[in-house]
Amino acid sequence: MRIFLLNKSINQSFILGISILFSSVFYSGIASAEYGDVVINRYSDKAGMRPVIYPHWFHRIRFRCKVCHGELGFEMKAGANDVTMAEIIDGKFCGMCHNGEIAWSTEYCDICHSGKPGLQPGIRGAHQTLGPGVW
Amino acid sequence: MNIGLFRLKKTQLISLVLLLSVSIASGIVYAAKIGLWDSLADDGLHDRRNKKGLKILQEPGHALSKLPRGISGNQVDWVMALQKGFIEPRTNIYEGTEIRVIDLDIIMGETSTMNYVLFPHKAHTEWLDCKNCHPVFFEAKVGVTPVNMGGILEGEFCGRCHGAVSFPLTDCNRCHSIIQGTFTGQFGAQYPDGLNYEDFSLE
Repeated sequence: MRIFLLNKSINQSFILGISILFSSVFYSGIASAEYGDVVINRYSDKAGMRPVIYPHWFHRIRFRCKVCHGELGFEMKAGANDVTMAEIIDGKFCGMCHNGEIAWSTEYCDICHSGKPGLQPGIRGAHQTLGPGVW
Repeated sequence: MNIGLFRLKKTQLISLVLLLSVSIASGIVYAAKIGLWDSLADDGLHDRRNKKGLKILQEPGHALSKLPRGISGNQVDWVMALQKGFIEPRTNIYEGTEIRVIDLDIIMGETSTMNYVLFPHKAHTEWLDCKNCHPVFFEAKVGVTPVNMGGILEGEFCGRCHGAVSFPLTDCNRCHSIIQGTFTGQFGAQYPDGLNYEDFSLE
C-alpha cells in the first residue's frame, strides 16, 4: 500500500491542502466566547497589560444585575464606562468587591487581565437560538 | 471520478475521506469543551500563555452545566435558575439598599402579526432595580415610550440587555408569548385586583 503523505504527486498535495483548510474552518467555528463576555481594552494594551475578559455568566451566578448596574454605577452599555485601574484600587467599580474581602484583590493581575493582546473591546457571545428559530 | 480539474482514483478518494474525518475530529478535540461549553483556553478570547490565570479561573462548563438548561445564550435558563434556587446571587453590597421586587405584567398589543408581548416585571426586578430601566430606557408609564423591534435590534429598549447578556432576540416567542385572539382584556398594565397605577408609581 502506498503511503499517501510521502507521495509527491499534485493530487495528494491537493487533498492535504483541503484537509488543512477544513481543519482550520472547523477549529475556528467551534471556539467561541461565552455569551455576554465583555472585552475591556480601553487602557490595557497601551499599558502593556493583557485586556480584561469580563464574564457576565460568572458574576450573575453570584450577584444580581442590580448590584453592579445600580449600586456600583456601571452603565448598561459596553464602552460607556471609563474605568481606570487607579479607581479600582481605590475601591470604586470592580474594586468594590475585588478588594481581597468579597473577591480576589487587584494584586492578582493575571486573573482579570487574561485576554489575548490586541482584542477589540466590546461585548461578545456565541450562541444563537437553537432549533427552528435559527437565522 | 472527477473533482474539478483533478482526477481521483478510488484509493485516493478513500484517503481524502479519511483525512477529512481526521481533520474534523482534530478540530473538535483541539477546541476542548466541558459539556456544551468551550474551555476558556479555547474560547478565542483568553490568552493561552497566561497559564497562571487560566488555572485559577472557573470554567463555564463547570458552573453552567449544573444549572437548568436553556436553548440559547449561555444555554442556561437564568430566570428558572434563580426562581428554583439553583443560584442565590447577592442583591446588594451596601447595607440599606432598598430591594424592590414587583409583580406586574404588561401586555403590549401593537405587534403587527406577531403574538402579543407579555413583559413580566417580576422576573426582571428579581435581577434588576427599577432605575436600571426607568426612566432612561423606558418611561414608567405604559404607551409613552415608542418601543419598536427596529430599535431593539439596534440595542435600544429591551435590546440593551436582550441580545447581549440576557436571552437573545432569536428567541422570539419568549417575549411574543400571547397568541392573538386568546387575550380579550385591555392592553397595558395588568393590575392585580384592587390595585392601580398609584400603587406601583415610582414617586
